[in-house]
Amino acid sequence: MSNSQRPLSPHLQVYKPQLTSTLSIMHRITGLFLSLGLLIFVIWLFQLASDHTKADAMLTFFKSGVGQVVFFIWIFAFAYHLCNGIRHLFWDVGKGYSIPVVYRSGYLVLISAIVLTLLVYFLSR
Amino acid sequence: MAELRLPKNSRVQKGKHHKTTGGNGNVATFKVYRWSPDDDENPRTDTYEVDLDNCGPMVLDALIKIKDEIDSTVTFRRSCREGICGSCAMNINGTNTLACTTSIKQFKGKEIAIYPLPHMEVIKDLVPDLTHFYAQYASIKPWMQTDSVPLPDKERLQSIEDREKLDGLYECILCACCQTSCPSYWWNGDRYLGPAVLLQSYRWLADSRDEYTGERLEDLEDPFKVYRCHTIMNCANTCPKGLNPGKAIGEIKKMIAQRHAL
Repeated sequence: MSNSQRPLSPHLQVYKPQLTSTLSIMHRITGLFLSLGLLIFVIWLFQLASDHTKADAMLTFFKSGVGQVVFFIWIFAFAYHLCNGIRHLFWDVGKGYSIPVVYRSGYLVLISAIVLTLLVYFLSR
Repeated sequence: MAELRLPKNSRVQKGKHHKTTGGNGNVATFKVYRWSPDDDENPRTDTYEVDLDNCGPMVLDALIKIKDEIDSTVTFRRSCREGICGSCAMNINGTNTLACTTSIKQFKGKEIAIYPLPHMEVIKDLVPDLTHFYAQYASIKPWMQTDSVPLPDKERLQSIEDREKLDGLYECILCACCQTSCPSYWWNGDRYLGPAVLLQSYRWLADSRDEYTGERLEDLEDPFKVYRCHTIMNCANTCPKGLNPGKAIGEIKKMIAQRHAL
């Protein structure tokens, strides 16, 4: 049946970005970022236990400008993944599927994630 | 697997522009995806100016006018022109919908871009190959399965409450708008059943007269068939009939979980 000559119709190239799909791919990306962050955190713990100077160097990096940006994104990834995770739990028990509710909960997750990020960032300074 | 870019033979090029002759300024431009199996060329987008004063109100009316009066080679499916057959499902200005129920007016002043349903093999122009979709639909056995024998002088009766459980499910016209709006279906369409087929699957799971609920759930239990649904919800966002496949899939997941808890 399938004809290899036939083209594949455009998908990401033409499909309108919307809250539904954008928040979903953000959940993936923040999850990935958190996993990498956890790896770095564990490496830092190892350094702390073995070679103290290396652990200090890592700390110095995170206090620098670039380091602070990475740190900030890290906190946001955590806050967003947490809030959207709770949204997923509601779906898992069968609630919040109607499109108006999906949009409301979506914006709520975004706002909560930003507020949480700012709180954690400024309280931890 | 997720292939973000289109394969080389599928990348869209710029095509021809067809100017309109008549019309006193009330003109809309339609950008239409074109591909023909008869030459070796890549797909392209042709643009057509349409005089709206002499055109019906819907996008399908404009397509028919283009085919009748400007370019008879433009190919698309259509039949009922009232949103019940599902033939004219296509991607209009970025979302999947039925051309016959989408008014031209709402895109005021903007160019209207029309593509076939996304991430599908194209047979010609706006006609995608739905073979795999129909095969997936057949795989969920979309008919009533029973062991019991009904009384010879009666139908299988259903209470009003049980009948209500099928509302929001039976209205599906299998146009494949939701199916091809789902990124998860784009990347895993070979094994993931997709929103339209799963909504139909739930339609039979929810039917009080069907006696094969257990078997149906067992058939669905697989890492791909149901669980590639990540509740993205593009499906419910795009359904031209206002149905909610995402919710139906959520109900299936719940039924499978409850079955294991017993």
